[in-house]
This record gives sequence, structure tokens and C-alpha cells, in this order.
Amino acid sequence: MKDRKQILTADDIRRALVRIAHEIDERNGGLQDVILVGIPRRGVPLAERVAAAIADFEGVQVPVGQLDITLYRDDLRTRGLSAQVGKTSIHPDITGKAVVLVDDVLYTGRTVRAALDAIADLGRPACIQLAVLIDRGHRELPIRADFVGKNVPTSRSERVMVHLRDIDGADEVVIERTHQ
Amino acid sequence: MTTNTHRNHVIDLDDMGSEEIEEILVTTDSMKEVLSREIKQVPALRGRNVVNMFFEDSTRTRISFELAARALSANVVNFTARGSSVEKGESLIDTVRTLQSLGADIVVIRHSQSGAPYLVARHFQGAVINAGDGRHAHPTQALLDLFTIRERLGQIRDLKVVIVGDIVHSRVARSDIWGLTRMGAHVTLCAPPTLLGPSKYWLATWPELTISHNLDEAMQGADVVMALRLQKERMQAGLLPSLREYTRAYGITPERLAQLGDNTLIMHPGPMNEGVEISPEAATAPNSVIEDQVTNGVAVRMALLYRLAG
Repeated sequence: MKDRKQILTADDIRRALVRIAHEIDERNGGLQDVILVGIPRRGVPLAERVAAAIADFEGVQVPVGQLDITLYRDDLRTRGLSAQVGKTSIHPDITGKAVVLVDDVLYTGRTVRAALDAIADLGRPACIQLAVLIDRGHRELPIRADFVGKNVPTSRSERVMVHLRDIDGADEVVIERTHQ
Repeated sequence: MTTNTHRNHVIDLDDMGSEEIEEILVTTDSMKEVLSREIKQVPALRGRNVVNMFFEDSTRTRISFELAARALSANVVNFTARGSSVEKGESLIDTVRTLQSLGADIVVIRHSQSGAPYLVARHFQGAVINAGDGRHAHPTQALLDLFTIRERLGQIRDLKVVIVGDIVHSRVARSDIWGLTRMGAHVTLCAPPTLLGPSKYWLATWPELTISHNLDEAMQGADVVMALRLQKERMQAGLLPSLREYTRAYGITPERLAQLGDNTLIMHPGPMNEGVEISPEAATAPNSVIEDQVTNGVAVRMALLYRLAG
């Protein structure tokens, strides 16, 4: 049996992303060197929405890229099947820029670890920051987010699912618990 | 997370469906992006051992596989057995068992005997990729051809592709026919009867093929014309009256280049005999994608190595 609980509505998601957009602006003292980089799949539309929010209140279009981390994962050998590799397309020169990685859920931190390695191969940014819609805890690496939409305490048996209209048809975040 | 269709070996395209080919082409696109970076390397295959076993001469295929494996951070060992006594079945098995014991994870094999990669696959616990075996198959060439066609023309389905030249001896032609027909292209084979063999042989496996002995007719409305290398030994075997006559009837001459127009892709798997099956003008024309084929070969091989390492 599955328990399903909505933890963020479409409006909550919109408000969280607008707040993150303001925090990115504030933290970096302006946006001239900021680049948003979404991690596929759902980090990409999230990065685009943060950029749209920034364009709304600052009138600036910050560059948005995407970074596929499949080839940097540490579990190719243990997982058995190779995952489909996604697209990477990033502002050609990230050197000296403030790169803000955007993802939907921060969990073990292994995806972010892979993304940091991938970024290092693409250039040398002035700094790398991390924005996530949900931080669900259970980190396995010394990694933390700079901008968080919502902190959600979870147990490992639960699943946190971010649904976005661009991919899933509607905006919401749900938490699912399976009873034995 | 989407995972790829699982397989242990890539020996031919006869066992590959359109969905799997599609997955490989998508992965190839991502690998091509990696190759466009300043640092052309990702850590996906770090610590894996790839052995290139080349029992037959090859420049581009061997270097292409080596660059592909290195771009994925694998360890690469090149084993060349040119002119050695390793060509007998039993010693090939011994070689493969030795490589197994030495810790090889993926074996890439080029061999003059059709079917040799199947033998290797039976005695090797890792993955085997066929880099060309006799007249049988050259799957990585076919996949890079498919990728190049789609990159330039946006699709493969419903295209008219003419393969012209020494088809009967060509492993490239056989693998290309599998790949192209699976992806929905219309394939015409064009060659003199001595370099084609009996039509019924081809039609028995691929009834959808068109067979022609007249290139000027066959290339009408073609989206792609692919010329195959004419091996000079064929002349000695009495299969051809003269090179000049072959060129006149089956070569991509400057006159045929003009006939084809700007939108027909010209392809060649290399190495070329310029002035025989293809004129220098055709090889370097704006609609020639021969160099793209070579470049894309590295990305296709990366995609296969990555998938087999999973």
C-alpha cells in the first residue's frame, strides 16, 4: 500500500523559485556574472523558471545551460545497466563566472559530486553554488545547498517526487511512503 | 532513470532493432558534445581495460577506437597480430583466454575471417565489439553512417540511399543494409554483376532492396550515394575489365557529381581510391560528408563502449 502526500502545490513551487531567484541576486551582489546550470531532467526547467523570475524583477536575462552528469557517475559498475546519457549545453566560457547548479531534489549528494567534477572539466568558475527545490537530507558526502526551496525531513524508505508541468503535466511535489 | 537496452556484444546489426539503434544515436550525440570540449575526456570508464585486437591493417578504425576509449578514461592496449600465426581458430581462442586472464573488460576485434568475433565472444566473459570481420560485418561503420546521415538530413526513414561499388566483398555494405533498412530507408545496391553476386542472394535476406547495374538510373532522386572502396585485387581476379571502365560506369565522376545536385550526400567509408570509385571533386564537394563520417566514428564508438561497460 502506498501513502501519497502533497508537500508543495504549484503556487508553493512558484513562490519558492521566486525567493531563490532573489537570494541568488542578493548573494552574488548582482547578476552580471551568474550562470544557471540545470541538471537534467527536472533541474533544467527549474533553472529556466528561476531565470524567468530574475528577468521579471531585474529585467536581466541570465544565461541558462544544462549539464548532464551521467558520464561522471560513480555507480556505472554497480548499477549494471548503463543509463541513457543526456545533453550538455553550457555557456561556452564558465571561467570566472558564478555557476549556480539547479536540481530538483538534494538527497545523497552524489549527483552534485558528479556535477562538480563535470564543471571542473569545462572551466574554472569563480564559484559554484547549489540551488535545489527540495532538500530531503541523508547526505552521503560533505555537500550542502546554498539555496533551498523547502527542507523536507524524510526517511530513506520514502520517495520524494517533483512533478513539473514541462515534463509531467502539472506542478507539485509529493512524498510517497510504501507500507510493507 | 532511463536505462539502455542491454546487450553483451556488438558483432553485427542483424540483432539490433530500431529502438536500440535510436538509443545509440542519441548517446552518440552526447558523446560528440564531449569531443567538442577543450578537455575531451570524461571519467565514465575509468579503470576499465579495453584491448584492441587488430589482425588486419586499419588506420582510422583502430585510432578511432583508441581515441574513443581514451575519451572515456579507459586503459587501452593495442594488440596487433599482423602476419603472425594467430589466425587459426584455436590460437585465437588461446589469445582471448590470455586477455581474459590479464584483465581485459572489452575486446575490440578486427579480423580477416568472417565470424571470428563470434568465436571470441564465446570464449570471453567481457564485451566484444566487432571492428570488421572478413566480408561479414562492420557494425560501427554502419552506425556512424546512420548518425552522419541523420545529422545532415534530420532523418533516415524514407530516404533513398544508393550503395555503389564492390558490394559482394563488402562488410560495410552488409552492415549498412541492416542498419538502413531497420531505420526505414530505401536502399538500392548498384554494382556490376561480378561485384554484386546473384540478386536472389540479397533479396532472400532483404526483400525490400532495389538492385541495379546502372548508376545513372539508380542515383535518380537519391538522398545519399555511398561509394565503396574498389580493391585492386579484384582486377587480377578477372572481375573487372579495367579501372577506367569501372570508373566510367560506377565512379562518382565530376559529371555525376553535377547530376546529383547539392542536396545529395556523398559518402565513402574510406580508405578512398581517388579517381577510381570517387573523383577528388566529389570527395571534397560541399555535399560530401566523408570527413564527418571519420569524426563521428569516434563518438559512435564511445557510445558503444559506454553502453557495453554498464
